[in-house]
Amino acid sequence: MENMVNIYLYGKKYEVPSNLTIMSAMEYAGYQLVRGVGCRCGFCGACATIYRIKGDRELKTCLACQTKVEDNMYIATLPFFPLVKQPYDIEKVKPTEQIMMQLYPEIYACIGCNACTKACTQGLNVMQYIAYAQRGEYEKCADESFDCVMCGVCSSRCPAEITHGQVGLLSRRLTGKYLSPETQHLLERVAEIENGDCEAALQDIMKKTAEELKEMYNNRDFEK
Amino acid sequence: MYSKEMLESIKKVEATREERIKAVLAGNHPRRMTAEEKEQVLLENHPDHIKEQFKELTIGPNKGEKVPLELADLLQANPRIKPSEIDLSKIDYDVDVLIIGGGGAGSAAAIMANENGADVMIVTKLRHGDANTMMAEGGIQAADKPNDSPAQHYLDVMGGGHFKNVPELVYKLVNDAPICIKWLNDLGVMFDKEPDGTMVTTHGGGTSRKRMHACKDYSGAEIMRVLRDEVQNRKIPVVDFTSAIEIIKDKDGKAAGAVLMNMETNEILIARAKTVVIATGGAGRMHYQGFPTSNHYGATADGLVLAYRAGAPLLYAHTLQYHPTGAAYPSQIFGALVTEKVRSIGAQLVNCDGEPFMYSLETRDVCASGVIRECRKGKGVDTFDGGKGVWLDSPMIDILHGEGTIEKRIPAMMRMYLKYGIDMRKQPILIYPTLHYQNGGIKIGENGMSDVPNLFVAGEAVGGIHGENRLMGNSLLDIIVFGRNAGVNAAKEAKSMNAPEGLTLGHVDSFIKEMADAGIVTDKVSPKLLPNYARKV
Ligand SMILES: Cc1cc2nc3c(=O)[nH]c(=O)nc-3n(C[C@H](O)[C@H](O)[C@H](O)COP(=O)(O)OP(=O)(O)OC[C@H]3O[C@@H](n4cnc5c(N)ncnc54)[C@H](O)[C@@H]3O)c2cc1C
Ligand code: SF4
Ligand code: SF4
Ligand code: FES
Repeated sequence: MENMVNIYLYGKKYEVPSNLTIMSAMEYAGYQLVRGVGCRCGFCGACATIYRIKGDRELKTCLACQTKVEDNMYIATLPFFPLVKQPYDIEKVKPTEQIMMQLYPEIYACIGCNACTKACTQGLNVMQYIAYAQRGEYEKCADESFDCVMCGVCSSRCPAEITHGQVGLLSRRLTGKYLSPETQHLLERVAEIENGDCEAALQDIMKKTAEELKEMYNNRDFEK
Repeated sequence: MYSKEMLESIKKVEATREERIKAVLAGNHPRRMTAEEKEQVLLENHPDHIKEQFKELTIGPNKGEKVPLELADLLQANPRIKPSEIDLSKIDYDVDVLIIGGGGAGSAAAIMANENGADVMIVTKLRHGDANTMMAEGGIQAADKPNDSPAQHYLDVMGGGHFKNVPELVYKLVNDAPICIKWLNDLGVMFDKEPDGTMVTTHGGGTSRKRMHACKDYSGAEIMRVLRDEVQNRKIPVVDFTSAIEIIKDKDGKAAGAVLMNMETNEILIARAKTVVIATGGAGRMHYQGFPTSNHYGATADGLVLAYRAGAPLLYAHTLQYHPTGAAYPSQIFGALVTEKVRSIGAQLVNCDGEPFMYSLETRDVCASGVIRECRKGKGVDTFDGGKGVWLDSPMIDILHGEGTIEKRIPAMMRMYLKYGIDMRKQPILIYPTLHYQNGGIKIGENGMSDVPNLFVAGEAVGGIHGENRLMGNSLLDIIVFGRNAGVNAAKEAKSMNAPEGLTLGHVDSFIKEMADAGIVTDKVSPKLLPNYARKV
C-alpha cells in the first residue's frame, strides 16, 4: 500500500500518495489541468504555487511540477499574475542606466525587504539582481537572473510592485546584444556564406551518391 | 535518495571510476561501434523496429504507409466539429498570416512575417512559450568555427539521419545556421562565450566538430524568452489558451485560416488568413509504446492531424527519437530529460557492475538502443514499478574538468536532482530512454510550404530535415532556420494576394466520407490537444 498524505487543494481535502509532485497530486485528485501546466519539468514557470503547512504561519512558494506533496499542505495555484511588460525597440535602446529608469522606474522604490529572494522558486538572489539593475550593472544582473523561469512569484510578494522577471530579461538582452564580446569567427563565417565562399563545397557534397556519402561519413575525422 | 541495492551498485561504479578516468585522459574512450554493429543494435532494440507497434494507414495522403499505432488512431479519427454546424461567415479574426503554435518556430516565423510587413497573429494552446523549445537544454549547432564548414555539418546531419534526409532542406539548415546564430545573438540571446568572444562549443552525439553553442543548460529557455519578448515588443497579437482544431480552405483549395477552440470555454472561433503556418511542435505526450516523455504538456502531434486532414502528406512519420538519457529515477522526474551535455562534458554510461558498456556519444538512436540492450542483458539497475536503468557517471565531470564545472555548465540538471536529495556531483544518476522528438512530420518544400497551397510548416512538425534521426542541437537550429523562412515566405505570399474567398471545410467532409468508405468506426476524436492524466474518480 502506498504511503498516503492529506492535502488541501483550494481548501478542499484530498488523500494522495506521498511520492507525488503537487501537479501529479492534483491529477490524482481528478483534475484535468489546462491552466498552470506547461513543461512539467521546471523550465516554463507556468505552475507557480503558494502553500502553507497546517500549523505553520509561513506562506511558501514553489513550482507545482517540481515539489513533492507533504502532509497537511494547503495549496493554491497562481497560474496567472497580472504583470507589467514594457515594450521597447532592442535596436534603439542603449545599455545605460537610463533605460531602466525609463521602462521600470519602480525598481528604485525597492525597500530591501528581501521578500522576492525568499519567494523565488529557483532559489535566485532576486533582491541582488534588482540592485544590479538599479546601478546599470546589466552583466551582473544578467548572470544573477539567468535561471529565472519568469513564474512571477517574486512579483506577487513585492511591496514595491516590481516586475523582476522582466527586469532580468531586459538586462540579459542588453548584455547579449551590447555588452558581450563580439564573436569574430561568427562574423567571418556569415560574411563567407553571404559572399558565396561556402557554396562550392556544399554543391559538391550535395551531388554525392548515397554510397559516396556513406563512405565519407564512416571515415570522418573527429575534432578531439 | 537511492535504495540500498542502488547504493551497492554505485560502489561498483566508484570502484572502476579512477581507471575509466585515466583511460579518458589518455584519449582512450570506450570504442565507437562499427557501422555493422550499429545496424544490429538498432534492429534488435530500437522501438522504431518493433513491428507490432505500427499500423498501416488506410486513408489519406499516406495511405498504405505504416505509422505508430497511437498516431494512426488519431490521423484516422473523428474531427472535433461537424462542418455543417460551423458558420464560416462569422469571422472572429482576420489577418494576413496565421501562426498556429507559440513555440520557437512559431515565434521566429511571427517576427519575420512582421518584419516583412504582414499583419500576423499567433494562436497557441497554452501560454506563449509553454513549448518544447523552452525545455531544450543542450544547445544549438552551427558550423561557424575555422576548422568547421557548412559542408562538414551537412555530412554529419546526413549520416545522423541515415542518409534519408531531404538534401535541399539540409542545405538550407546548414547554410543558414551561422546566419541564425548571429540573428539570435543580435536579438540579445546570451550565448556562452570566452572572454575574447569565441563561442564555447562542444560535441554532441554524432558530430565530427565541436559546433554545439549553448546558453548554459537553458539554451532553449534563453532563446524562447528572447523571441517571446521580441514578439511582445512588436505588439504581435498572441491568442493564448486557444487551439487550432481544423484548417480552413478557400474556394481554390488553398489554406485560408483555421477553426479555433478556446481551451477553457470550448468556444469555437474562426480565423481567416491569407496564409497559415503550422508550428505545433512534437508528439511526446502521445506516449508511443508506453514510453515516458521529456516533452511539454501540449505535445500531441496536432499539426500532423490538421495537415493530414487538409490533404498534406507526411514524411517519415514512423520514426521517433527516444533520447538515451531520460531520468529513470526518482519517480517524480521519470522521463524528464537529462541533457546530452552531461555526456558531452564527460559523464560515461556505465552498467550495474561499473562497466562502461559503450561509447557514450554515439548518435541518439544507437545510444538508446545500447542502453535498452544492456538492460535486457540483465546489466541494468532496478528502479521502480519493474523499470530499469543504467548509470550515467556524472561525478566524472568535475574530476575531469575541475570542481564547479557541473554547477557552472549544467545548473538546471543539478537543481533538478538536488530537489530529490541526489547530488549528481557526488553520485551518479540513473537513466533510461525517453520519448523525445518527432523525427518525421509534414513534408515541405524549400519555401516551407506543404503540398497544400499556402499552408506552411515549421519546426518539429516538419518531416524530412533530419531524415530518420535528428542530432542534438539541430532542432533548435531548424526551428530558427525554417521558422524564419516560413515567416518570410508566408508574408510574401500573403502580400501578393487578396483576402481569401469561399471559405470551406469541404475537405473535412470528404475526410469523414473517406473514413466511412474505408469502414473506419472509432470513438476517438482528434486533434488530441492534451493528454488525459486525470485519475478517473
Ligand atoms: C527536454 C527537451 C530538450 C531538448 N533539447 C534540445 C537541444 O538541446 N537542442 C536542440 O536542438 N533541440 C532540443 N530539443 C528539441 C527542440 O527543443 C524542439 O524540437 C523544438 O524546440 C521544437 O520547437 P517548435 O517550435 O517546433 O515546437 P514547440 O516549441 O513545442 O512549440 C509548439 C507550440 O505549439 C503549441 N500547439 C500545439 N498544438 C497546437 C494547436 N493545435 N493549436 C495551437 N497551438 C498548438 C504548443 O502548445 C507549443 O506552444 C529538446 C526538446 C525537449 C523536449
Ligand atoms: S526571479 Fe521571480 S520570476 Fe524569476 S524564477 Fe525567481 S520567483 Fe520566478
Ligand atoms: S520584494 Fe520588492 S521591495 Fe522587497 S527586496 Fe525584493 S524587489 Fe525590493
Ligand atoms: S510546468 Fe513548467 S515549470 Fe512547472
